[in-house]
Amino acid sequence: MSVSAASSETLDSRFRGNDGAASAAGRLARRASRRLKEKVIESILFLAALVSVFTTLGIVYILVSESVVFFRHVPLRDFLTDTQWTPLFDDAHFGIMVLLSGTLVSSAVALLVAIPLGTVIAVFLSEFAGPRLRETVKPMLELLSGVPTIVFGYFALMFVTPLLQKFIPGLPGFNLLSAGIVMGIMIIPTVSSIAEDAMRAVPMNLREGSYAMGATRLQTALKVVVPAAFSGIMAAYILGISRAVGETMILAVAAGMQPNLTWNPTEPAATITAYIVQVALGDLPHGSVGYQTIFAAGLTLMLITLLFNILGYWLRKRYRERY
Amino acid sequence: MPDPKPALDSLPLKAHAAGLNFHYGDFHALKNIEMPIHDKRVTALIGPSGCGKSTFLRCFNRMHDLYPGNRYEGEIRLQPDNVNLLDRAVDPIEVRMRLSMVFQKPNPFPKTLFENVAYGLRVRGIKRRAVLEEKVEEALRGAALWNEVKDRLHEQAFNLSGGQQQRLCIARALATEPELLLFDEPTSALDPIATASIEELIAELKEKVTILIVTHNMQQAARVSDFTAYMYLGELIEFGWTDDIFIKPKNPQTEAYITGRFG
Repeated sequence: MSVSAASSETLDSRFRGNDGAASAAGRLARRASRRLKEKVIESILFLAALVSVFTTLGIVYILVSESVVFFRHVPLRDFLTDTQWTPLFDDAHFGIMVLLSGTLVSSAVALLVAIPLGTVIAVFLSEFAGPRLRETVKPMLELLSGVPTIVFGYFALMFVTPLLQKFIPGLPGFNLLSAGIVMGIMIIPTVSSIAEDAMRAVPMNLREGSYAMGATRLQTALKVVVPAAFSGIMAAYILGISRAVGETMILAVAAGMQPNLTWNPTEPAATITAYIVQVALGDLPHGSVGYQTIFAAGLTLMLITLLFNILGYWLRKRYRERY
Repeated sequence: MPDPKPALDSLPLKAHAAGLNFHYGDFHALKNIEMPIHDKRVTALIGPSGCGKSTFLRCFNRMHDLYPGNRYEGEIRLQPDNVNLLDRAVDPIEVRMRLSMVFQKPNPFPKTLFENVAYGLRVRGIKRRAVLEEKVEEALRGAALWNEVKDRLHEQAFNLSGGQQQRLCIARALATEPELLLFDEPTSALDPIATASIEELIAELKEKVTILIVTHNMQQAARVSDFTAYMYLGELIEFGWTDDIFIKPKNPQTEAYITGRFG
């Protein structure tokens, strides 16, 4: 007889032990009920997660199925290459480039404002500001992202545009520049807040390593902390881009609703989002090709955002820092 | 064996702490420390956790200045110019230009091996490629890492093993030719083989540079150091030749700690 068999035998008898098989079963039953509870909670959490997945799938399904109807009438080639967007005219043209140019130009202006300023603010708050200053400034900045975008839209139209007109004579009342700048201001807190979190997550021992070499705060911030937080900072930028591309109200109010194929920010132009609002407001009968355009436009918008998200995901993976 | 050791007073000093008190806010962490650091020797700081040995080490390069609420009193005079490192008028950055530090956990920067070692040089404004290359090679040789990494200088430092990362940090610390090298438990995150290589390295380095090392491991102190200081509750209990401290400590508290009856 082997030793292990002997010991398992005594172990068994010890388990049956003094209070007998019934109480052992009782203990097991209690454990089973606990497991059931775990299972129920797990299922509820899983269903909650499914809600967002199904919402996304639903949106994709509607966009794609409605776009298919649209593309039955308009060849994809025309959609991509036509230089006019006139869905309401008798001689209808459906060149998405016209709307896309408005979206890209306004987003570019917004990012030229938000990325440099947001990064500088993040570096300042994370590496230079004392805890008290940081705790005061951060909520105030985040308040900025809580301002309704319609308010920003009128701020652009009534305040920023007249201001810009003093420097740029002949600037039209509706223009991409003003809307883009204000959109950039709106995005600053998104960029700075996430970038700052990423920088603050850089462990102190990396900073100490830099300081111990005789580096100044600025050198430590720029040469060690920013590279170490690079993937998180990229995530902040990508989120900023997504917000800029998807922003609607500021552009609808301040950039005009005229489709205009232009790369010049001082001109008025409709963006994809502004166009969708315009159609959704009810100018076009449901079911018409004109109405169907908003799904094709929406799909385009979603693909752009998806593209940036994939790019962001790739960059984050590529530059993920282990520390 | 007759005692061949010269008298302590006759040895040249690299630094000397006197009347050193240190406070973290209300906590009195170092109490009236007086201790010499002998030139081109290894001095080990031992003692139980929380005794203030790391705190003492971090006074030398003014690391405590990075955090609010810390206060120094007294002096640590660095030779040959007898400057008090703790003087408020002395810029901590100037202090750190003369001293280097190796930390408990290897902390390479998210850069290539080359840029890690060149970091201190770049901070000092050295830009010429030829100079950087020469100094980086010298430092990596000094840290016994050159042969392992000479073909991969432009890879990311995180690809190295833990022991290699720590030797990279030592190379980074050596590249700026420090007068005093501070080690804060440099092997506590490493396996025994990597530990042995770091200890060997410390023995080689003392030919060129004065070393102050904090260690939890008494065998390590006995192996690598010339002098040992035993600290307890923020006080320096005993300082002397390492052999003396380990074989015939004068203070019963030291003896209790060394023999494992305490701590």
